Amino acid sequence: MAALDDTKVKEGVDQETVDAVREMAGTYKHGWETDIEMDYAPKGLTEDIVRLISEKNEEPEWMTEWRLQAYARWLQKEEPDWAMLDYPEVDFQNQYYYARPKSMATKPKSLDEVDPKLLETYAKLGIPLKEQMILAGVEGAEAAPAEGRKVAVDAVFDSVSVGTTFQKELKEAGVIFCSISEAIQNHPELVRKYLGSVVPVSDNFYATLNSAVFSDGSFVYVPPGVRCPMELSTYFRINAENTGQFERTLIIADKGSYVSYLEGCTAPQRDESQLHAAVVEIIVEEDAEVKYSTVQNWYPGNEEGKGGIYNFVTKRADCRGDRAKVMWTQVETGSAVTWKYPSCILRGDDSQGEFYSIAITNNWQQADTGTKMIHLGKNTRSRIVSKGISAGQAQNTYRGLVSMHPKAKNSRNYTQCDSLLIGGKCGAHTVPYIEVKNNSSRVEHEATTSKVDDDQLFYCRQRGMDEEEAVALVVNGFCKDVLQALPMEFAMEAQQLVAISLEGSVG
Amino acid sequence: MLEIKNLHVDLEDEEKTILKGVDLSVEAGKVHAIMGPNGSGKSTLSYVLAGRDGYEVTEGSATLDGVDILDMEPEERAAAGLFLAFQYPVEIPGVGNMTFMRTAVNAQRKAKGLDEMSATDFLKMVREKAATLKMDNEMLKRPVNVGFSGGEKKRNEILQMAVLEPKMCILDETDSGLDVDAMKLVAEGVNALRNEGRGFLVITHYQRLLDHIKPDVVHIMSEGRIVKTGGPELALQVEREGYEDIKAEVA
Repeated sequence: MAALDDTKVKEGVDQETVDAVREMAGTYKHGWETDIEMDYAPKGLTEDIVRLISEKNEEPEWMTEWRLQAYARWLQKEEPDWAMLDYPEVDFQNQYYYARPKSMATKPKSLDEVDPKLLETYAKLGIPLKEQMILAGVEGAEAAPAEGRKVAVDAVFDSVSVGTTFQKELKEAGVIFCSISEAIQNHPELVRKYLGSVVPVSDNFYATLNSAVFSDGSFVYVPPGVRCPMELSTYFRINAENTGQFERTLIIADKGSYVSYLEGCTAPQRDESQLHAAVVEIIVEEDAEVKYSTVQNWYPGNEEGKGGIYNFVTKRADCRGDRAKVMWTQVETGSAVTWKYPSCILRGDDSQGEFYSIAITNNWQQADTGTKMIHLGKNTRSRIVSKGISAGQAQNTYRGLVSMHPKAKNSRNYTQCDSLLIGGKCGAHTVPYIEVKNNSSRVEHEATTSKVDDDQLFYCRQRGMDEEEAVALVVNGFCKDVLQALPMEFAMEAQQLVAISLEGSVG
Repeated sequence: MLEIKNLHVDLEDEEKTILKGVDLSVEAGKVHAIMGPNGSGKSTLSYVLAGRDGYEVTEGSATLDGVDILDMEPEERAAAGLFLAFQYPVEIPGVGNMTFMRTAVNAQRKAKGLDEMSATDFLKMVREKAATLKMDNEMLKRPVNVGFSGGEKKRNEILQMAVLEPKMCILDETDSGLDVDAMKLVAEGVNALRNEGRGFLVITHYQRLLDHIKPDVVHIMSEGRIVKTGGPELALQVEREGYEDIKAEVA
C-alpha cells in the first residue's frame, strides 16, 4: 500500500469508482485469482462440517444448534426444478463449504495484519482508495478528507468478512455495521431476535443450505430515528476453487430509520462452475426505509458456456411496521445461472415495496429472476419495473408474484416488464403470477417485448457511433427507468457494465 | 466533393437491381436536387451512400473528397463528413436527445483524434443552434424522436446536421409530411448551413421544397438512372408537366 501517494488518497470516492469502471475494458474484468494460502474444511457436507464452521467462527451453542437444525431440514429437501433453467446437476458433496485465507485464521487484532494480497484484491475490485487504506489500517486514513459521498465497506472474501471501514463514524451515529460473525459474538440479542425471521430456516432448498453452512456476511442495525450517515457497501468475492460462497446478510432498520445499502460481486474465471447461495434478510420497522442496490457481476462463464457462477439467492424484506418502505434495485449482468427473487412482505399498513431490475444475459447465460410482492396490510403499494435483455444464446425469464391478501384492502400494484432481444438465438420469457383475494385492490401489469432494431443501430452509426457504442446507447435507454433508481456512483458503474456485458453481442 | 460513377446496386435479399448506373458529381458549395417518381431509386441512393445494410454494390464507385466511401463502415463515413437527414427519423426510447447528439459528436471527435467536448460547451452550442430552429429545451431533453410530430422530427434532423457540421449533407425527402410553415422552418435551417465548403444533395418528390431551398443543379432520376440534368427551371418543368412527359422526352 506504500505506493499510494497523497494526491491519490484525496481523490473522491465517485471518481475512484468511475475510474475503476473505466479500466474494465474488454471481456470479463474480474477474472483474476489471488494467490493466498487458504484454510479449507474437507470437501462435502456432513454434520461435522457444520459443527466445524460454527466452531471456526467461535459461535455460541445456540448458533450451532440453529445450523444443525437447518442441516437436518436440508437433508429432507429437494432442489427446486420449476425455474426455466437448465444446468448440470450440482454435486453438493464435491464442494468446499469452508475456506478462509490462512492469515485470517486468528482474527487480526488490527487490519495491519491483513495479508497484503487481500489488499491488492481490493484495489482490483475497485474499492475506493480511502476505503482500502482504512481496510489496510493505514494510520490517519479515517481522518483523510474524502470528497463526495462516503461509503462504508465490508469486504467478504470467499467465506470470510475481512474488514469493515468507517467503524468509528458509524458507531457515533449508533449504527452497527459489521460482519455477521462479529454480530453473533457481540450482539447476540439482535441476531437471535431477527435471524431467520424473514427467511425461515426451511424456506427453500438453497436458503436452508445457507442457514446450515453460511460462514460470514454483513450485519446492519440502524437504531430508531437514525438516518445512516453514509451508504453501506459490501463487496463479495469468490476466490478459492470449488468453494461455495454462502453469505448471510441481516439488515434491521428500526422505527423511523433510513439506510441505503450497496452490494457488489465478482469472481475469478474458472472452467468449473462455482456455487453461490446467499440469503439476505431485511427487517423494516414502522416508518423506516431501506434501499438495497446490487450490481451483480459474478463470472458469467466463457463464450462457449463453460464455467461461471451458479447463483441461487434468497432475498426478502419484511415491512413489519406501518408506513415502512423498501426498495430493491438490481443490475444482474453476471453468473452463468441466476435464480433470484428479491421480495417484499408488505405487512404494515401503508407500507411500500419497490423492485427495479435490469437482467442482462449474453452468450449462454440463463437468468430466472423477478420478485414477490406479498400485500398483507391495508393500503399497501408496490411497484415492479423489470428490464430483461437477452443476447447470444441466452435465456432470460422474469418470474414474479403479486399477491393481495384478504386484509390488504385498497392496495395497489403496478408491474412493468420489458424484454429486449438482441439477435435471433436468444429468448425472453415473462411469467407473472397474480393472486387477488379482496375486491378493493388494484393490480396492473404491462409487458412488452422488442428487438434492438437495425434501423436504430443504423441511425446511431450514421451519426458517427460504432456498433457497440450504438447498442450500449440503445440498451441504456431501454434500462433508463431502473438506472435512475440506483445511487449515483452505482448508476455510472452499471451503465458501463451494460455496455461491457453486451460486447460481441452484435455483428 | 461527392463523386458517384456508374453506380449499380442490387437489393441483397431479392434479385432486384435498383440503381443501374448513376453518375453524379456534387461540388463543394453547391446544392444539387434529385427529383423523380416513387420507386426511381432516390432513397436507395441515399442509403447506399450512408452505408445501410441490405444493398450490394455490383459496379461503380462513390468517393468523398477523392476517398472511396463504399468500403467504409457507416460511422467512418459519418466521421468523413457524410450526413444523411432521414426520411423517417428513428425513435430511440429512453435516450435523451442531448445525450444522443453528444455521444455522436464525441464519437466523431474521437475518430478524428480530438478530445471530447465539455458538457458545458456542448450545451451552449446546441442551445444556440436549436434556437434558430425554434426548438426549446424541452425538445432537447426528450428521448430521441419519441412523441415528436412529423415537423419536429425533421427539425431535429436539421439540428443534428447543424451540430455535427458535416461536409456533405444528403436530405432524403425532408419535405415529406411537413406543412408549409414547418417546411419554411426546415428550409431556413438548411439555408443557414449553406457555405462554400459544404455540398448538399436534396432528394425530393415535389418541387415545392425547392422554392425554399434554391438548388444550383436539378437531376431527374428514373428507373435507377439520372435521365436529365438542368438548372432550377427543370424542377418547374416537372411541376408543370409531371414525370411521365420528361421520361417520354428523354426516351
